[in-house]
Amino acid sequence: MVPLSWYLLLAAALFSIGLFGVLARRNAVAILLGIELMLNSVNINLAAFWRYGDVLQMAGQVFAIIVFAVAAAEVAVGLALVISVYRKRNTVIADDIDLMKW
Amino acid sequence: MTAEQIIFLVVAFFTLGSGFMVVTTGNLVHAALWLVSTLFGVAVVFALLNAGFLAVVQVVVYIGAIAILFIFAVMLTRKDMRDQGPQTNSGWWAGVLIAVLVFAGLFFLLQGWGGLSKTAAAIPAGFDAVAELGNVLVSPDAFVLPFEVASVLLVAALVGAVYVAFNRK
Repeated sequence: MVPLSWYLLLAAALFSIGLFGVLARRNAVAILLGIELMLNSVNINLAAFWRYGDVLQMAGQVFAIIVFAVAAAEVAVGLALVISVYRKRNTVIADDIDLMKW
Repeated sequence: MTAEQIIFLVVAFFTLGSGFMVVTTGNLVHAALWLVSTLFGVAVVFALLNAGFLAVVQVVVYIGAIAILFIFAVMLTRKDMRDQGPQTNSGWWAGVLIAVLVFAGLFFLLQGWGGLSKTAAAIPAGFDAVAELGNVLVSPDAFVLPFEVASVLLVAALVGAVYVAFNRK
């Protein structure tokens, strides 16, 4: 049987990789890819705690499904913003999108 | 080592390697395809955790919808398929530092916590997790309110996405 710590370490490592992607990438679409990795690692944690806790309580899986819905909403709005910015300013480099920078 | 542990290790390294390629590959179409393989690895992890419904939803919603949306967005925002210049910003080393620090912090946090070597109890005979999940999602005593709020959020986000991306001429 796989101990709980393995799943938690996998999720922590995946979260760190996604965090690096968000912090280091220049392309706005690549930043959203990093956010997807982070949301997925959180879902691994939720499913693992459901399985290793009380299986009869479904809260962990329900929370994971809510995270799915939020991730879908986030990616739809985020990519729409990226496409809109690309149309107006002809760039998707996050450093160049500085209209609101004072 | 049992067979389950070996399967877990193979899947975990496959997932982490694909995730690493997502954040380091220069070509964004390749990064989106590596994201597909990462998401598939996570789906297998869900299946290992006996969360069958989550595994199926992961494949259908994440790989079938979100990853394809990413590939469309990459193709729509690209003059040529490659980006000009470096893919990472000038402070990428600080990103590495912060990511490593977060992982180390989580690691030490987990080490200090007692429940780590816990193993999963067997699932009770006759317990159908998918049926129970469906019941609690629409039961007024359980999670019907978050479920409905999530659906309203999804509709609002999709209407907003269409509004933001709509080309007014």
